[in-house]
Amino acid sequence: MPLYEAVVLALGSIRAQKLKSFFSLIGVLIGVTFLIAVVSIVQGMNVYMTDKFAGALIGVNTFQLRSRPNIVMGNTTEEQWRAWNRNPRITLEDAAYVEEHMQTPARFARVGFDRISVGWRGKLAKDISVNTTDAEFFTIKHWNIEEGRAFSQQEVNFGAQVVVLGHDLAAKLFEGRDPIGQTVTLGALPHRVIGVIAPQGTLFGISLDKFAVTTLGSPVRNLVNRPHVIDDFHIQAQNPDQMRAAMEEVTVLMRSRRGLRPGQPDNFHLESAEAALATWDKISKILFMALPGLVAISLVVGGIVIMNIMLMAVAERTREIGIRKALGAKRRDIMAQFVVESATLSVTGAVFGIGTGILLAFAVRAFTPLPAAVAPWSIAVGVGLGILVGMVAGVYPARQAARMDPVVALGHE
Amino acid sequence: MTDALIRLEGITREYQMGAERVLALRGIDLEIGRNEYVAIMGPSGSGKSTMMNMLGCLDTPTAGNYWLNGHEVSRMTDDALARVRNREIGFVFQTFNLLPRASALANVELPLVYAGVSSKERRRRASAALTRVGLGDRMHHKPNELSGGQRQRVAIARALVNEPSILLADEPTGNLDSATSEEIMRVFGALHAQGQTVVIVTHEADIARHAHRVVVLRDGRVDTDQRTPPTVATAAA
Repeated sequence: MPLYEAVVLALGSIRAQKLKSFFSLIGVLIGVTFLIAVVSIVQGMNVYMTDKFAGALIGVNTFQLRSRPNIVMGNTTEEQWRAWNRNPRITLEDAAYVEEHMQTPARFARVGFDRISVGWRGKLAKDISVNTTDAEFFTIKHWNIEEGRAFSQQEVNFGAQVVVLGHDLAAKLFEGRDPIGQTVTLGALPHRVIGVIAPQGTLFGISLDKFAVTTLGSPVRNLVNRPHVIDDFHIQAQNPDQMRAAMEEVTVLMRSRRGLRPGQPDNFHLESAEAALATWDKISKILFMALPGLVAISLVVGGIVIMNIMLMAVAERTREIGIRKALGAKRRDIMAQFVVESATLSVTGAVFGIGTGILLAFAVRAFTPLPAAVAPWSIAVGVGLGILVGMVAGVYPARQAARMDPVVALGHE
Repeated sequence: MTDALIRLEGITREYQMGAERVLALRGIDLEIGRNEYVAIMGPSGSGKSTMMNMLGCLDTPTAGNYWLNGHEVSRMTDDALARVRNREIGFVFQTFNLLPRASALANVELPLVYAGVSSKERRRRASAALTRVGLGDRMHHKPNELSGGQRQRVAIARALVNEPSILLADEPTGNLDSATSEEIMRVFGALHAQGQTVVIVTHEADIARHAHRVVVLRDGRVDTDQRTPPTVATAAA
């Protein structure tokens, strides 16, 4: 019997017993739902972590010279924390030394930042991340100026009291009025607003646009850092290869500058997206390793349920099997009929599972800050597993059916 | 070997019923020629049903030989027998044995499905067969939407669709009222008149009367084998 007809036949029997079919499909449905949803969320997280997290927080092909890590994922020992706290701070002189001796072409920006209040006409936005930096920082961060302009390196060197605001901060303080040319206070120090940066959206539900950027020479630095000290020294290379070369170079330069002997650990930290992503990588690998086990359990349960349903179907349809055999069905015809029916049943479960899995992924995207991207391969795997489970579960019942004695089967009531 | 359509030689069928051995058929010798109209009769326990299963290649003998249309079928494998049933035998059962969820047309197409006929050709031949039994306007009805007589006509159409050597009917009127029974027997008569070999297994003398030859079984043996003048059957019809 052609496959297409066997499938049509099978869909007919599934339709004839909707409720029973539904219950028998639940195992496969749950297994495949799980597969699709988890893969979608992990894939979504992957995209998110590489594109947004790494891009927004650190910058493309960029790393930071710091005294200790900024982003710490996973567990860190008390001892490690103490070691980091003992590290000397990065100074303007360190930055100048590195910039002067680096061979790899790169952009540099010195950054000192702290959370301070920004005010305008009595309105106060508390706990705003205020960055004091070089003009190159705008380029490294890939910020688009929405309104006004960024400041120049000359203004940095002068210590001009000018500020560029993040979109949300500007919106909060000025409530739709034009902020350009207005004077805001950073701490208590007046700064003239010269630009607003285009919105960058959110990361894990937190706005990325509540910040202010002013010149490294601004007197605000007295509120932010001790003299000569900076928090980050941003270095942006032109491509990933050069970035790795630059990181090695900075390590060598800093070690020699600080007189570290071979074997002594670095007393500074180079932070890159790669390092931050490595931890995420570990998490996603664990999820992907656990996934097959979880999916397999549901599918085995689903397979057993389907096998039971098929055994019942074979028993109920003994007479039909007798009729088919009397009319000339060979063993393999009967076998194929029930295996295809079982596979069709299972694939129907898988298809519904794919549907609910995708819905679940969309729900996660809609109601949580986590993204979700449905992976086409997971759909293919879902359908494939559905077919496989159904066929394996169907073999034993189908063999029972195929081996029936037509005389006995026809006499069955 | 003669050119008989059916040739049974010393057919014996033994069953194991618990500790007991039951001999259902005890050495049957029988020949049925082409275009014969034979009724196989006998009281219950005579081996009638076993005989029907044997003739229909649903069962194989413990001993003896069975040639059907020149093929020795008594030692065939299951699948080979399935093929013989598909090509050579058209079954008509007492309980119709139609698939309840399938339309009349789909039921009639079934033997063609297993013969590997293309779906277009199947449709054509199945509708032709249904038309032949007077159900051309009921093709898409399900069995439960048809009367008993109509169901049995669907079963006859199904039996004929593959142009079998024998039409083998097992108590074909057992579930029908007498008027409908007569109607079905007229269909058999007409088919025989067109050259079809018909074998009917029955315990009803009224039904057997339509046949041209009556074989009576008793205790697993052929008791009597009588040819009746065709006029009797024709008169009854």
